[in-house]
Amino acid sequence: MNSQDIIIAPATPPGEGGVAIIRLSGKGCLDLALDYFRASGSQTSPNSHVFYHGFIFDDSGSDVDEIMFVYMASPRSFTAEDVVEIHCHGGHQTVSKILQIFISAGARLAQPGEFSYRAFLNGRLDLSQAEAIADLIHARSDKARTLALSQLEGRLSQSLYKLKEQLKDILALIEAWLDFPEEELPQENIIQIRQQVESSIVQLQEMVSSYNTGRFYTEGVSLLILGKPNVGKSSLMNSLLGEERAIVTEIEGTTRDFLEEGLVINGLPVRLIDSAGVRDTLDPIEKEGVNRTLGKIKSSDLILLLFDGSQGFSSEDKAALDRCVHTNFLVLLTKADLPQRCILPDLPFEPLAISTKTGQGLDLLRKSIHGALIEADIQQEDSIFITNQRHQQAAISTTISLRRFLDALDQSFSLEFLAVDIREALNSLGQITGETTNDDILESIFSRFCIGK
Amino acid sequence: MLTGYGKEYQVIVVGAGHAGCEAALAAARIGCSTLLLTMGLDVVAMMSCNPAIGGSAKGHLVHEIDALGGEMGLNIDATMIQFRRLNTRKGPAVRASRAQADRMAYSARMKRILEAESALDLKQGAVVSIDTDESGVRGVYTKEGLYFSAKNIVLTTGTFMRGLIHVGLNNYPGGRAGEPASEGLSDCLRDLGFKVGRLKTGTPARLSQRSIDFSRLQKQEGDSQIRGFSFLAQSLDLEQVPCFIANTNEKTHEIIRQNLHRSPLYAGVIEGVGPRYCPSIEDKVVRFPERTSHQTFLEPEGRESSEVYPSGMSTSLPPDVQLAFYRSMEGLEQVEIMRPGYAIEYDFVEPMQLKKSLETKAISGLYHAGQINGTSGYEEAAAQGLIAGINAARRSQEKPPLVLGRDQAYIGVMIDDLTTQTTREPYRMFTSRSEFRLLLREDNADQRLTPLGRSVGLVDDERWRRYTEKQKWFSDGVEALEGQRLSSKQKDILAGLGLKEMKQGASLRDILRRPEISIDQLVPHVDALTGADDEVLEQLEIAIKYEGYIRRQQQLVERMEGLEGQALPADINYPEISGLSQEVKERLAEVKPETLGQASRIQGVTPAAIAVLTVYLKRWKKQ
Repeated sequence: MNSQDIIIAPATPPGEGGVAIIRLSGKGCLDLALDYFRASGSQTSPNSHVFYHGFIFDDSGSDVDEIMFVYMASPRSFTAEDVVEIHCHGGHQTVSKILQIFISAGARLAQPGEFSYRAFLNGRLDLSQAEAIADLIHARSDKARTLALSQLEGRLSQSLYKLKEQLKDILALIEAWLDFPEEELPQENIIQIRQQVESSIVQLQEMVSSYNTGRFYTEGVSLLILGKPNVGKSSLMNSLLGEERAIVTEIEGTTRDFLEEGLVINGLPVRLIDSAGVRDTLDPIEKEGVNRTLGKIKSSDLILLLFDGSQGFSSEDKAALDRCVHTNFLVLLTKADLPQRCILPDLPFEPLAISTKTGQGLDLLRKSIHGALIEADIQQEDSIFITNQRHQQAAISTTISLRRFLDALDQSFSLEFLAVDIREALNSLGQITGETTNDDILESIFSRFCIGK
Repeated sequence: MLTGYGKEYQVIVVGAGHAGCEAALAAARIGCSTLLLTMGLDVVAMMSCNPAIGGSAKGHLVHEIDALGGEMGLNIDATMIQFRRLNTRKGPAVRASRAQADRMAYSARMKRILEAESALDLKQGAVVSIDTDESGVRGVYTKEGLYFSAKNIVLTTGTFMRGLIHVGLNNYPGGRAGEPASEGLSDCLRDLGFKVGRLKTGTPARLSQRSIDFSRLQKQEGDSQIRGFSFLAQSLDLEQVPCFIANTNEKTHEIIRQNLHRSPLYAGVIEGVGPRYCPSIEDKVVRFPERTSHQTFLEPEGRESSEVYPSGMSTSLPPDVQLAFYRSMEGLEQVEIMRPGYAIEYDFVEPMQLKKSLETKAISGLYHAGQINGTSGYEEAAAQGLIAGINAARRSQEKPPLVLGRDQAYIGVMIDDLTTQTTREPYRMFTSRSEFRLLLREDNADQRLTPLGRSVGLVDDERWRRYTEKQKWFSDGVEALEGQRLSSKQKDILAGLGLKEMKQGASLRDILRRPEISIDQLVPHVDALTGADDEVLEQLEIAIKYEGYIRRQQQLVERMEGLEGQALPADINYPEISGLSQEVKERLAEVKPETLGQASRIQGVTPAAIAVLTVYLKRWKKQ
């Protein structure tokens, strides 16, 4: 990633929203942009941080789109370099045309995260800020924005910081026992330390399990629509999307490949995946599709399992149900507008009857999807999620070290081994909260205990 | 002008304290003509403060000095009057040796050793300035008007440079009570461009033994088994002298509180920074008001001496207040003070200006060791003296310096810390300063360092023979424990070990890893271990029992080696590196780290900054 280039990329997610933002960054990007911008007013050289209305035109001189244009002079921009943003109409066509114009003129399509990387290189961001910003960029819904912001403001850091202080104090006490054997120190009370470590593990686990939820808001969830051919998968997909996209026919097995569409369900970014059916088949192409569907069953966050309400529960339906047993899934009875003949086996939850013709059950479905993914107790705005995989990993390895500590305690390992485990836990936590130096430990010892012989 | 009585030396060591003695002996033993210059030939290797060597982490340092072929371990073994091994239950790596020394005997023996070293001249003289040219150091001038020339000079000035002694609100220049300060040298260093700072330390009064009522104090005896410090020590047999424990009380504290205004620390007279781990008694009383009592160990200063050292009672209060607070303590009601306690301020040279070899970055051939580097403690000083002496000699012989890693020795940890972190207080070694504590044990100091000592020329044939012999015992022992199995049918042996429930056979190594089994229980069943020394058995037991933890630390070491292996050129212009915050730039420019590993340990240098540095280094190398 050469940091001298002018880089360009859409700053908004593809495919949704009425407005898209295209961002250019790097020395000389203003001149480059002005070559293809015609302001509607008389202003020729734009002021920094002011919006201008106008048009983007291509090499042949014909207008491509009506836009708003804003220039942010270095260093008062996201990357601390000269930045131009073009606010154009949303939609794949327009965005890619504008990108193409500037790329042919010498800009380079930015690597993922490269704007943040530049901000980081130019001293605008530290690593954890850069990561949170990266999440912010990829955030695909309002909720995700709130999450990324609260992380930046340090709410996650705050609760982790408390944890770090607690572990630091434990380590300081153990180290004091080790390094100052001739001082008058508090009695060695391992039981109390054990309790503190156990409670730290509980707190960490809560954070670790919040990751999925956090990740759902930033990365979106994958939702697989599954069912035998012609059960109404494509119709459901279209109903949820609100337009006709997948090919819907009456011939079984028409949807051979996966169709993926993005949409937002109750604030949650969703990738809706329409699958081929799962019936046994001799057609090699369709067979391949079926195999891939089986793979998707494992990797999806949620499965919508469709049974045809107007027909009997077939052996094929039974097979599909069996495959879903260990996954997160909802059962839908389709074609609720037709006479119902399907008799389901006992399920741990109520099936949902829907009709894509009448719209019956679709609102309830949206709520159910949201509910199945996001647990009720962490839906409040003020709960803290881990949204970043690196943070998730750090919290997990902290937990591992702390469990090791408890194991070592059970095996009556002596103090210095216990210190190793706590130190490792602090190091792991330090990947998020910043490191705990030896001097921090000593400071804690000297401020709490009267040392000095 | 006289020139060193007509002799040119390869190495000159200035100062004959614990650092200076090791430096001079090392250089001379490596084969360099060496001069040791001291202000007072009667006060060689003096213990200015407590009459003890070792303790947590410090005992480790002494073992390391000994393993490399230094003198401190042998000297304390020959002159100790009490020995204890601390922390025996807290884990193998924190077990630490500690001895009470006979202060005068310690000094006298060290002087004899110095005098017996053929390549070493021992002379009295107070160095006032250093002679340098563009190639580095050339020699030293003394107050007496002498000039001695050498291309390698080790400065070990202790607390003597511009030493200022405070007794109550009185103060006077001095390097140690009763001895003059060294004037001029630190000005010379300042003129040479070094950043010179000021630190403070203190020492308690010395009490008269016959004025103490020991019958009312708790006695503390030495261990029954005396292992000693040196690898060469056979188990020592000696008549030990006990210490006694006395306690302060509310009345003592009241006297101290009422007289705080007469303490130069509290009156704001002292500008130097004192150590947090060694607060004066007035500090303890002020900072921990909830404590109604503080303990003090009354340590004898020697067999022939009737002076007693009360540990943890350092003070700069005036002598009349000292007498009053001592006399408020049980057993000390009639006590007489022989020497009052005092605080001392002295100049040190910021050790970030040193390379890891302890050579100054600015002036070739100039080495600093001991308290001049802002450290505290005899063991810390001796360890640096040894390294500085070795490297001064090696430079003279045009060999690369000996640099110890953080994973090799506490000495390596200390020198890395000194050259990387800003000194804010006198630096003392703690085991918690090492991230590889389980690897840096007293018991394996020989394994870690004796081969290095051999390669630099400090380990003689006899020590080397005994070392290799011990290693043979060790590796044979490991092999035997791995190879030999106990089957479930050997019911007698299993029952003897308390392992009746064992259903399947296991190697003795696996059996030793059980928490309840000790190596002593296995010795009768392993021929290869019959007749092995306790030291070998201890080492075997630790290596096998704690293998899992030790391996984890070794993995950490390997991870670190990646960064450690990337040298940072000395001429990097940090301010021009974009992507580093201003603070990081300043820190890096100040420390000028030698490797990326060292850079990563500088406070405030984040992993992100290291990423940027890595990128920069790559670009820099390409150009």
